[in-house]
Amino acid sequence: MKCSEFLQELTNYLDGVIDDRTKTELEDHLSWCHNCYVVCDTTKKTIEIYRDSQLYELPDDLRTRLESAIVSKCQSRKKAGPRRV
Amino acid sequence: MGAIQPKLGEPVSDELELVQAAKAGDVSAFEQLVKRYDRNVFRIAQHITHSREDAEDVVQEAFLKAYSNLEQFQGQSKFYTWLVRIAVNEALMKLRKRRPERFVSLDEDVKTEDDSLPREVADWSPNPEQLYNQSELRDILSRTIQGLPPTFRTVFVLRDVEGLSTEETAEALDLSVPAVKSRLLRARLQLRERLNRYFQRRQDGNGNTTRGDAQQ
Repeated sequence: MKCSEFLQELTNYLDGVIDDRTKTELEDHLSWCHNCYVVCDTTKKTIEIYRDSQLYELPDDLRTRLESAIVSKCQSRKKAGPRRV
Repeated sequence: MGAIQPKLGEPVSDELELVQAAKAGDVSAFEQLVKRYDRNVFRIAQHITHSREDAEDVVQEAFLKAYSNLEQFQGQSKFYTWLVRIAVNEALMKLRKRRPERFVSLDEDVKTEDDSLPREVADWSPNPEQLYNQSELRDILSRTIQGLPPTFRTVFVLRDVEGLSTEETAEALDLSVPAVKSRLLRARLQLRERLNRYFQRRQDGNGNTTRGDAQQ
């Protein structure tokens, strides 16, 4: 397996959606190719760091304000009757 | 090295009941759906628009549009996937309004120089959290993902940050499953490459690990 072939399968490998045979081939490649090992490892870290980053969390005060604005608009739409499409 | 562990979502067993109740006019049932998903919609919207104000608008507009069109929701997909689809469209509209000179579409098949094999391969420091504090790290992550084309960052956010399946992402973005997979691979590789400049292991003359050169 060449490095380019490894990279093509990287997403499936990280997502755990590959058959056993391909997985064995990929892991064999990883065992001797340091560059692909590092790319795989740092890509996995990239995903985990974004997933755990709490980037763009909705602040509580803004959340409360948005929720009450949405609910009050829904209530006034309800009073206005169902919308005809 | 194993597969990444999927993020566990909240149970959604009562979701259809809430939707049915909301359709029948129960605003408090819809309010529960708002509370369940508003943080997710806000994150997705801010990732797409890069703007907190726009993200606030998107949260309101997406939920109001969902409420007004609940009759259209037939229940073949999850309510959340349907809601995300509405929110992504609202967010892209904001982006188009702000950048009318550049048509933004999720269909565009973006070719970039980053598509080739990774250029920089270096171990990262034991832990990026040890090199940067929380707010520095968030700043780096935010700037890095904003450098990606909208189509890439949207796919990445839905799949890897919000934990939608490939099929749900395809449905929410109106893309084919192979298109989602190819964008996801390129998004992940591009982000990795861009983060490399901050996180790669550097050793000074004394053998100490220091930050990458991006901070200098």
